[in-house]
Amino acid sequence: MIWFTRRLRRLAPQLIALAIILGLISLMAPGFLTISVQNGRLYGSLIDILLRAAPVALLTVGMTLVIATRGIDLSIGAVIAICGAVAATLITDGYPLPVVIAVSLGVGIVCGLWNGVLVAVLDIQPIIATLILMVAGRGIAQLITEGVILTFNDDTFAALGSGSMAGIPIPIYLWVGTALIIGLLMRRTALGFLIEATGINRRAASLAGVRARFLLFSAYAISGLCAAIAGMIVTADIRGADANNAGLWLELDAILAVVVGGTSLNGGRFSITASLIGALIIQSINTGILVSGFPPEFNLIIKAGIIIVVLTLQSPAIMTVFGFIKASRRSDKLNHGTKEATR
Amino acid sequence: MKKALVAAAAAAIFASLASGVSAQSLTVGFSQIGSESGWRAAETTVTKQEAEKRGVTLKFADAQQKQENQIKAIRGFIAQGVDAILIAPVVATGWDAVLKEAKEENIPVILLDREIESPKDLYLTAVTSDQVFEGKVAGEWLAKDVGSKDCKVVELQGTTGSSPAINRKKGFEEGIAAASNIKIVRSQTGDFTRTKGKEVMESFIKAEGGGKDICAVYAHNDDMAVGAIQAIKEAGLKPGTDIKIVSIDAVPDIFQAMAKGEANATVELTPNMAGPAFDALEAYLKDKKEPPKWIQTESKLYTAADDPMKVYEAKKGLGY
Repeated sequence: MIWFTRRLRRLAPQLIALAIILGLISLMAPGFLTISVQNGRLYGSLIDILLRAAPVALLTVGMTLVIATRGIDLSIGAVIAICGAVAATLITDGYPLPVVIAVSLGVGIVCGLWNGVLVAVLDIQPIIATLILMVAGRGIAQLITEGVILTFNDDTFAALGSGSMAGIPIPIYLWVGTALIIGLLMRRTALGFLIEATGINRRAASLAGVRARFLLFSAYAISGLCAAIAGMIVTADIRGADANNAGLWLELDAILAVVVGGTSLNGGRFSITASLIGALIIQSINTGILVSGFPPEFNLIIKAGIIIVVLTLQSPAIMTVFGFIKASRRSDKLNHGTKEATR
Repeated sequence: MKKALVAAAAAAIFASLASGVSAQSLTVGFSQIGSESGWRAAETTVTKQEAEKRGVTLKFADAQQKQENQIKAIRGFIAQGVDAILIAPVVATGWDAVLKEAKEENIPVILLDREIESPKDLYLTAVTSDQVFEGKVAGEWLAKDVGSKDCKVVELQGTTGSSPAINRKKGFEEGIAAASNIKIVRSQTGDFTRTKGKEVMESFIKAEGGGKDICAVYAHNDDMAVGAIQAIKEAGLKPGTDIKIVSIDAVPDIFQAMAKGEANATVELTPNMAGPAFDALEAYLKDKKEPPKWIQTESKLYTAADDPMKVYEAKKGLGY
């Protein structure tokens, strides 16, 4: 129970922000919160948010770990394009689904390991190391698709993006499932703790016997793996691999989600759950703008405005002020109480 | 060896004589922007085809999105003494100096697909499409198709602030201006991509009473229309019948959708800018006939009546 309230306190700012944003949108767009069943699947804007958040949510899981090691992974948007291109090529060449999925995931992990080599072995700063694949990755994807939007008509693979199971769209299972597995792996073993140690002080962690290099490798590999899953979802969703646009700028949304989730870019303490709520906040804003009918010129301004407010409320300075108000109120009450008693 | 060379030379002379008097085996330089989109790749293919058809020797230079590469390529063409230069300019400014060099050597320059901000006497003519007109053709088709019925239209715009998005929106509004029964109820950007087109359409369907009130989608390009078609299908409606689809560009994939009855109309942004350019050039070189400063390409409307599968097969190999 204590564990639960402590968790809740950690997640409170994100949950409150999400609730306020959803509330505001439902004021502007009536019917926003209704969920109905149509053609045997759940149907409504809230479901859309969970569905459309899938790529960013998946990236966020990997990005949280990478940021916890005091790194950053700019390449994941491009990895989405590469893995999507690989999946679409294999599908059009007629390979069976398990092979397609296995190879795409493998390619994602290899991309992650490449970043891992640059960061952990060659000691290149993560922002530069991953920038290389960010720039080169779209070129690689273009080479794989030969510069066209590679389309396919395979219903089983397309189901990864647009199918549903027991009324819930499959991408939602994929991102929630991935987050659960990786979250449990981190928190039910010492892995998460060791990653935090590496992020706070790699040298000290190494000296204390933590295999920091291996942990860095695994963080980037997991990030690549998550990007591969996201790449397959994005590709399956439109039944085509668009090397130019698949996953474009999504790495920035993922970084934003982690920051909104309260994980520091300086590494150390992380919370995958909080980052995922951050991803949902971002997607709620995106979907909210679409249903509320603002002209498109305002999209980015509205998004930036809301995020500034959310980040300001979470900033250490504001938190200190809150803490101060709370403390002074409590002491007021206490003083009052003692006065009453003495009287 | 020598004999073979002589024979080849003789054959070449003979071929050039046989190819006609009008194009005395012209040599034309073509500075292309790059191959950033399928349409651009198709334009390159069609330009090469048109050159071959007319017996024109085409020297092709890919600038990989850089103006400095284009200027270098043009200087190279001038040094080689080509008969004319075609440019698809990557930006609108900074061309005056190199165009003056071409003018001094009496090499006519024709702009393809985009215009530039230079004095008009520095180039022979510009062959471009009229984006406002494209939107207007789409709008007029819809106005004619729905007749006097009330029609709520949702619009998928291109990238906010880009000139095709602004112009195609304006043109469509002109096209439906006379029909007071047609109203654009929602308009959002889909960034010219399938993914965003699908996502935005999903939200539109939810915001407009499950999509039953929407009568038509107008998408600024075919890719967004393809995304919207998928969103409509997944919402349990029939694209093409329940909700009409009209878009612009005429890329091969939209013809597949049209053949299945899932799309209704598309306005072609033709990749054949070189054809009219070569026509104007030949007329100019032969009779010194100055073409107008702007040649507008045809914005052809395709509907299900135009045998979409045949168009698809014809367009498939162009590199879209």
